[in-house]
Amino acid sequence: MSEETPKPDATPEVKPAEAKPAAPPPPPPVTYPRSAGVTMAAAPKASLSRFLGDAFGLFKGMNVTMRYFRKPSRIVTREYPENRGTLKMSERFRGQVVMPHDEKNEHTCTACTLCEKACPNGSISILTTKNLASKRVLGAFVYRLSSCTLCNLCIEACPFDAIRMGHGFEMATFTRDPLDLILNKTEGR
Amino acid sequence: MTEIPANNPVGDFLRANLPAPWAAIGNGLIAVAALAGLVTVTAIFLIWLERKVCAHFQARLGPTRVGPFGLLQPIADAIKLLMKENVKPRGVDALAYFLAPLLPITGSFLVLAVIPFGPTLQVVDLQAGVVYVVAVSGLGILGILIGGWGSNNKYSLLGSMRSGAQLFSYELSMVLCMLLIVMGSGTASLREIVLSQQGPFWHWWIIKMPLAGVAAFVLFMVSSTAELNRGPLDLSEAESELTGGFHTEYTGISFSMFFLAEFVNMFASAGLGATLFLGGFLPVQLGYAPVDHALAMLPGVCWFFAKTYSLIFLYMWFRWTFPRLRIDHLLSLEWKFLLPASMANMLLGATLVAFRWIIP
Repeated sequence: MSEETPKPDATPEVKPAEAKPAAPPPPPPVTYPRSAGVTMAAAPKASLSRFLGDAFGLFKGMNVTMRYFRKPSRIVTREYPENRGTLKMSERFRGQVVMPHDEKNEHTCTACTLCEKACPNGSISILTTKNLASKRVLGAFVYRLSSCTLCNLCIEACPFDAIRMGHGFEMATFTRDPLDLILNKTEGR
Repeated sequence: MTEIPANNPVGDFLRANLPAPWAAIGNGLIAVAALAGLVTVTAIFLIWLERKVCAHFQARLGPTRVGPFGLLQPIADAIKLLMKENVKPRGVDALAYFLAPLLPITGSFLVLAVIPFGPTLQVVDLQAGVVYVVAVSGLGILGILIGGWGSNNKYSLLGSMRSGAQLFSYELSMVLCMLLIVMGSGTASLREIVLSQQGPFWHWWIIKMPLAGVAAFVLFMVSSTAELNRGPLDLSEAESELTGGFHTEYTGISFSMFFLAEFVNMFASAGLGATLFLGGFLPVQLGYAPVDHALAMLPGVCWFFAKTYSLIFLYMWFRWTFPRLRIDHLLSLEWKFLLPASMANMLLGATLVAFRWIIP
């Protein structure tokens, strides 16, 4: 911003009585703050010490790459089908949705259908049923993997942590039928 | 200075059993076939090596799937490239477009003809070998220029114009470095240059000519990296800016010709470096007789390939370490630094030669 541009802070100092319905202030000159006055950085002066420093920098870089070259233990590549036995997925990896069951084969889903409403693709259908006490409980948690984008919204919507993103990622099938899953093993209580 | 015979048994056999013109033709055909085999095998091996070395510099594994250690990967790639349709884009100059890929590979093929792979393995020993090498390596530049011009593509044109500027400038300092060795050894024949380096390893020209040899070697490596269009000086390709530069429009076998030439050129250039500075096919001699005898047991071909591949590894090390230069930086590096430096180095070398301050 140049000095001529009217500052917005200056206007309240003008008394309202003296103020005339003046023409609106001229638009400020177009400036490009990021580029105005910016010039290409001048090359530092050539000197022997700078030259030697640069040359040393080259050797330093070559030393770094050679360290990688000489240490096969630093290789980050994982060979997938061979390492299936030892494959560790990271904690927050989002595979297909699973419903954890405890040792009594029970889950914590109350069939509140918040996940069904949260799902943008309609991949979840909560089919309810009535238990012996004619309470409305979960009958079948229908999960259609074929239309799921693994977006995590259902998990965020669930108030009971009844579902979570699993770590399974080998989901390929030859037909679509195996992709319609029922996640709960038992009826809700 | 021991005399090393130049004729190999195959050539002698043909000369003894065939009339003179037929022997010459037969030997020529054998040499061409051998070179063609060498070019193919070298290119395939170097592509594999480049990918492996690059991968390990970047903490990756590289090709592992096709064949043991991925050794057959380049063959799979070659089959893929050869099966592809050779597309002719709209508006290209057909003659220039299809002629261009043949020139670089021809150039590197011709360079290989004068390189002494072993004491008895050299297609032809020209008296003006160094001059010949400089002359025919220009074919590669011509191929790149014609290909970029004929492609009818802005990236190709920019890439080829850049490479024209780059290759013609860097050729100067490269030639000056080679001339230094010619001056020192008193001959331009590559075989004679190798033979002038007999003895322990301090008789190689890199050390034999104090200071000037090492400087010439460094300058040669830098300027030949530029000549080979390899990173960090691969301005004519510059895949991040020019989507491949001069070979943007090429596919299939035309592209594979450029690709092949790149790797064969690297081999030829490294071979030239080994010949001029590292004693070529001569065995490494440490100046200690028992060890020297053992080292001399290995045939010259093995020593040549060992030295050449060390230099090739150096090229790869450069490529996967340094970032690419900007075109103006590249040209000022040549004209403001490398060329004056190699001229000063020439002067120093000439002084050393004139006053016989060379390690005897």
